[in-house]
Amino acid sequence: MDKLISMHDAVNLVRDGDTIMVGGFLAVGTPDRLIDALIEKGVKDLTLICNDTGFVDRGVGKMVVAKMFKKIYASHVGTNKETGRQLLEGETEVVLVPQGTLIEQIRAGGFGLGGVLTKTGLGTAVEEGKDIVEIDGEKYLLEKPMRANIALLFAEKADVKGNLTFHGATRNFNTYMGAAADISIVEAQEVVPLGGICQDDVVVPGVFVNHIIDGAKL
Amino acid sequence: MMDKQQTQEFIARRVAMELQDGDLVNLGIGLPTLVANFIPEGRDVFLQSENGFIGVGPAPEEDEIDPCIANAGAMPVTIVPGGSFFDSAVSFGIIRGGHVNTTVLGALQVAENGDIANYMIPGKMVPGMGGAMDLLSGAKKVIVAMEHTAKGAHKLLKKCTLPLTAVSAVDLIVTEMGVIEVTDKGFVLIEYNPDYSLEEIHNATGADLIISQSLKPMI
Repeated sequence: MDKLISMHDAVNLVRDGDTIMVGGFLAVGTPDRLIDALIEKGVKDLTLICNDTGFVDRGVGKMVVAKMFKKIYASHVGTNKETGRQLLEGETEVVLVPQGTLIEQIRAGGFGLGGVLTKTGLGTAVEEGKDIVEIDGEKYLLEKPMRANIALLFAEKADVKGNLTFHGATRNFNTYMGAAADISIVEAQEVVPLGGICQDDVVVPGVFVNHIIDGAKL
Repeated sequence: MMDKQQTQEFIARRVAMELQDGDLVNLGIGLPTLVANFIPEGRDVFLQSENGFIGVGPAPEEDEIDPCIANAGAMPVTIVPGGSFFDSAVSFGIIRGGHVNTTVLGALQVAENGDIANYMIPGKMVPGMGGAMDLLSGAKKVIVAMEHTAKGAHKLLKKCTLPLTAVSAVDLIVTEMGVIEVTDKGFVLIEYNPDYSLEEIHNATGADLIISQSLKPMI
């Protein structure tokens, strides 16, 4: 069974109120056409888990402008002035998470871990309400795992079983979010038949990928 | 007087002298990014970009831009031979794990014990910490590159008033007025820009400034 689906079927998997993870770093390695299709469909009250909120006209930032989120977890929102406006005016709840902590919370969520211990954020507002754990005399913050209903991901190339390869700086959060979501959808720039990706070159094994959209056919 | 650009380049040039042969270095967005232009010839310095690679090279020509190769500020860059791409978990493993020798960041405020605030002004500007908290906790050496004051308002303080990005993290501060070490005793001026008097530098600093026994002119 191959994992290819249509854009129509893909966006119908996302429902109002869902928590979604979106790959990409300032719109590099973001599934742009999946985002456009979701905006067209018009889902609402979503919770977003993403490194950043991109730009008003690029990446996941377009969904911020379309007011599709009630809550956002991100490490950086400064490049999208609409996120800043919604935050300061209390329209959207924004939780700022250190970047290295965010990726580890996602990794923990996908990999069966109860959390991670990190020194990042100790002594800052990030530690508020969290447990501080002492290991061999060193203090760490306990950061809990994160999971989502849906992960929307980008890859350079996918085979029909969902094995993925990447180019340049597009790996970022795309490599772990699939593991941490109930359903993962990958927008691949190119889909190849079985054998089209050498097993040695696979970056994300297909086990973490449920559905693939063939970007070349859009 | 130097204009804004000259001031930034002056600071960046001095910071670049701190980078050692073989260092892995992470440069923050803005002024710190300029440091790459002044790395002394012959020093083999690898630059990390926290969005996922080591070996950041110069900006490409217009017709050679690859949309998949951008720095952590979304500016198109290149990757040098010997570099490598990786995901955010590896990138922050490198950062938190102490594998970055030096990180250079800007700051809104730095306190005399090395506390730093650079990620938000409550009620006004909330860009977020990005990778800064991880870099401050993991990098072996933290250099703050910034203008000495914010249009006259003190940025070097006894205690930060803005939300902290990290506690006791800063090792060295380079401004257009001088180079300051953060020590157990507080700020120590080790180099000064002869364009300013020591009195001017004192007045521009909102904390005690110890003058090093071996004080010398910058660069």
